[in-house]
Amino acid sequence: MKINPDKCVACGNCTYVCPMGAIYIDPALKRATINRDECVECYACFNGLSQEHLNPTLVRTIRRVFAALRIRFEPEPDVCPTAAFEPDQLVWPRVVRRAFSDPSVPHESTGVEGRGTEEVKTNDVTGRVKVGDVGFTIEFGRPGVGVRFREIQEMCWALAQVNVSFEKKNPITSLMTDVSSGTLRDDILNEKVMSAIVEIKVPVARTEEIIRVVWDVEKRLDTVVAIGVATRCGEHGEEVIVAPILERMGYKVQRAKTNIGLGQIVSPSAEAARETANV
Amino acid sequence: MTNTLHRFGDAESFHDDYIVFAIPSKSNKDPNALPKLHRFLEIALEFKPVNLGDARHGGALRSSKNLGPLAHWKRDMKPDFEAVIKGLTVPTTCAAVFDNLPAAQQFVKRIKEENLGMSVNVSTSIEGAERCCQYACIDRHSVGYSLGFEGKTEKIPNSQVTTLSTMCGHGMIAHSLAKKMIDFVKENRRTPEEAATYLSRFCSCGIFNPARAKRILEDARTNTK
Repeated sequence: MKINPDKCVACGNCTYVCPMGAIYIDPALKRATINRDECVECYACFNGLSQEHLNPTLVRTIRRVFAALRIRFEPEPDVCPTAAFEPDQLVWPRVVRRAFSDPSVPHESTGVEGRGTEEVKTNDVTGRVKVGDVGFTIEFGRPGVGVRFREIQEMCWALAQVNVSFEKKNPITSLMTDVSSGTLRDDILNEKVMSAIVEIKVPVARTEEIIRVVWDVEKRLDTVVAIGVATRCGEHGEEVIVAPILERMGYKVQRAKTNIGLGQIVSPSAEAARETANV
Repeated sequence: MTNTLHRFGDAESFHDDYIVFAIPSKSNKDPNALPKLHRFLEIALEFKPVNLGDARHGGALRSSKNLGPLAHWKRDMKPDFEAVIKGLTVPTTCAAVFDNLPAAQQFVKRIKEENLGMSVNVSTSIEGAERCCQYACIDRHSVGYSLGFEGKTEKIPNSQVTTLSTMCGHGMIAHSLAKKMIDFVKENRRTPEEAATYLSRFCSCGIFNPARAKRILEDARTNTK
């Protein structure tokens, strides 16, 4: 993302809307400026701010007069008055920042928007997590902290060492050069993204072991981690296996995403995919 | 939609927060996915949602690329649900957000009766989702639990800010904007409803709950957590 210095009037609205806090008013330039190393190309500034198309010179003059009179200008807080944000032409590897940070862009590897994962949301169609399985989503960087791929790689390495299988249809897995070791491509390791999800599946008996691995690694990371634990319910919708394990480990589980099982397979290819899901 | 999963708050704080979303599985290649999703959103409208949205175009409150200068004094602050339905042009995840259990229960029941064949999920407290399923005589298929936030949690701000900002799980609502809106309400520069509307416009998939946000902002006026 770029801010056009000819248009910016340094109103400061954008400094609040950047989830990474990467926008500031440069006191020398007197213009909003983006810290490119911290910017994750999420486009929250460009997509979220409404735009006016006011004359920058006029707005600067008005602002100067108001400031001299100690009058506070009270514009709408979600508006860029001069439409100063201009998207950059992103090239590799920076383009992965946007792929993982702007939720309106589908991931090329999976075709899914957001973080590019279907997880248990379509489990009634895909059969990805079967009875006796636990699907983990280990998410980094949210809320509002961000993460670099080298930190995600640390977790992937640790998980690979305990022989888990990474979900194939996942954007992080698609960036691995060696799935057996959990090693990511070298050229993206310093790229920062809003958030990313590692997905694995293990037998339910390994639930506690995996959580302990995550606990051990997350202590060394400079970001936040959110664990999601998915499982198949019983014949009558009950779930009495995984929740007790989590409670035993000290979690007070209060929120969940519940797939209510209304999905139906409509294509032979989906049937085939279901049969071979993560074999 | 892990973005709906990790909302900050305890079970009680989700009493006015029920997200029901439909998602077409990529592997299914359903040629009728688009009309089914339109139907999903149209039915949702009958149960008075507080937000509707799709993952490509956003929710019922969106930013505008062409505001006139009078917008600072006279701005449309009402959600446009019809625009969400009309604007859905490609199959993608569609969500409806309700601020009360009976509406969510009736919507789930109706969606079951409609038999769209689309994967549908309910994201709220565990008990809230169970009650929706019981009402609709549905046995849950799968469940994904949120274990909350771990690691360097000292990087996360106070609970009111985090409760607001995590209502966009994609992270499009900055902590600093949430804090600014709390401050605006405290200073009486904006009403909680107005502040919730500003925040809503940053959510890019329509799962932000402006009714819950309004309650949190009203609470934040007098209580610091």
